[in-house]
Amino acid sequence: MNARRIGNAGWSVVAVVIALVWAFPVYWMLNSSLLPNAVLNESTPRLLPFGGSLDNFKVVLDDPGFIKALGVSLAVTLITVVAAIAIAFLGALAVSRFRFRGRLGFVLALLLIQMLPAEGLFIAQYKMMSSVGLLNNILGLSVLYAAAVIPFTLWMLRGFVAGVPAELEEAAMVDGLSRTKAFLKITFPLLAPGLVASAVYAFLQAWNEFTVALVVMTEEQSRTLPLWLRGFVQASATREIDWGAVMAASALVAVPVIVFFMIVQGRMSSGLVGGAVKG
Amino acid sequence: MLPTAERPAAAAAPDAVREPDAEDLRDAARHKARRRKERRVAWTLVLPTLVILVLALGYPVGWQLVTSFRKYGLKQQFGQPPEWVGLENYKTLITDPSLWAVVVRSIVFCIVVAFATVLIGGLLALLMQRVPRGPRIVLQVSLLLAWAMPVVAAMTIWIWIVDWRRGLLNWFLVNVGFTDAEGHNWLAQPLSFFIVAGVIVVWMSVPFVALSIYAGLTQVSGEVLEAAQLDGASGWQRLRYVILPLIAPVLSIVLLLQLIWDLRVFTQIKMLQDAGGVANETNLLGTFIYQLGTGKGDFGMSSAVSVVMLLLTIALSWYYVRSLMKEEAS
Repeated sequence: MNARRIGNAGWSVVAVVIALVWAFPVYWMLNSSLLPNAVLNESTPRLLPFGGSLDNFKVVLDDPGFIKALGVSLAVTLITVVAAIAIAFLGALAVSRFRFRGRLGFVLALLLIQMLPAEGLFIAQYKMMSSVGLLNNILGLSVLYAAAVIPFTLWMLRGFVAGVPAELEEAAMVDGLSRTKAFLKITFPLLAPGLVASAVYAFLQAWNEFTVALVVMTEEQSRTLPLWLRGFVQASATREIDWGAVMAASALVAVPVIVFFMIVQGRMSSGLVGGAVKG
Repeated sequence: MLPTAERPAAAAAPDAVREPDAEDLRDAARHKARRRKERRVAWTLVLPTLVILVLALGYPVGWQLVTSFRKYGLKQQFGQPPEWVGLENYKTLITDPSLWAVVVRSIVFCIVVAFATVLIGGLLALLMQRVPRGPRIVLQVSLLLAWAMPVVAAMTIWIWIVDWRRGLLNWFLVNVGFTDAEGHNWLAQPLSFFIVAGVIVVWMSVPFVALSIYAGLTQVSGEVLEAAQLDGASGWQRLRYVILPLIAPVLSIVLLLQLIWDLRVFTQIKMLQDAGGVANETNLLGTFIYQLGTGKGDFGMSSAVSVVMLLLTIALSWYYVRSLMKEEAS
């Protein structure tokens, strides 16, 4: 029994050490973002942010490029989330509340489409956008993003809609409500958590996306936040980089994401592994 | 669609066998009309999804298929329409060793990284199960932090860590005795480039795998394990013959997802190339397509490579989708 207890303590130490190693890059970002470049350029790295300040953040916030990119990112994300949720929600209703021919094929196609890599499509999307004059256009990028997130959003919402028993709605209809009213008064409020989770998922995708934006947003003033952030570290092997500012910028991009991610994480992973894990 | 099929109660009644009277026929007609209306509503609800998917994904896929049979060269950059060359792009892809190399490299990278991710994720899941609540939550929160990091932000951190002048990695290596690491640029050689890229991708992907497998492990009942232990099964035997078969479905799904995702890795490679400067020998499928399409304007060849990539993905996804659908049906 004693040996077992010692074994347990040993494993606990291993777990905590691994946790520290895994979270270290995130810590390193925050640490570096607080230190002035004079300190970052010393030959011995400073592992704790003693003598730190928020100056790096000030540098980033004063950069007009950041404000511009933030604006583009916010607009693209907002349009994507609203469009994707509205469209996917209607689709989810159809799939979980109606039996129609082609329903199974539709769901199957969605699941396959959801796996398609943006990297296998982006050159064609670039050509398409350029031929209709939507390169460097916020709306154009939003349409591509909405299409990319709709399949999974629909799949996720379908689970939520199916989780609200149709009998509830039917009972309300027996009590004299119309189908639409029954839906709005009974089912819709119960779906709120599902809609929030899907909206956060769409937000994360649009906010973090890099690949398609890189191809479609070719001009400097139409860059999204990830593109702007990438501009910072380009050619870091050959030119001087203001690492303090880069880390502050990364932190600014990452923190809202981390917060939202924590909200939606459980829902997302259960959608991905399906019924293989019944949590 | 038959009225009897829709009314099992009536069919089961003793006097069920009778000629359908006028009432029944009217019922059936009404029923049919309702079903038709239901179908119309359903398709109306699905329509917006179909429209946007066809526009933003379907059209590009079609364009790509057609374009992969065309040749884009110097002439096309001056406005000439591209030539129809049939399967020639694909033939070049198969016969040109430098093109082959990219495909093989991508597949090897994908397989090595995906298996490493699932192995490490599985070990972390077992560890989470082994330790008490406190350390387990510490580990879970740390994994969630890594998982939540936006890819581009994570990449800037890693590029800073492996930076050859002032990066933490070289400083650490020099201090533990590898003085050669002083000023070493890890991104300049293809092999060390891919090791760095692999470590980063594994770091990003393990959290999802570990937490999913852990969720699967919590479903394995303690009683079964206890019974196995009473029967004299060692720790390894319990893992091999009790736990593994029970979590096989989760394992295969996360492995499949990792294979699909690691085949398409782009941002990490692109940003490391940006930072390091060498591109040609470090291309994987994604960056190769990007280079062909945006850099050289060779849309024919880039489409052919894209089609190959899409086909590989669909082949892999097929099993994943089938297993999800099976869960759906059950």
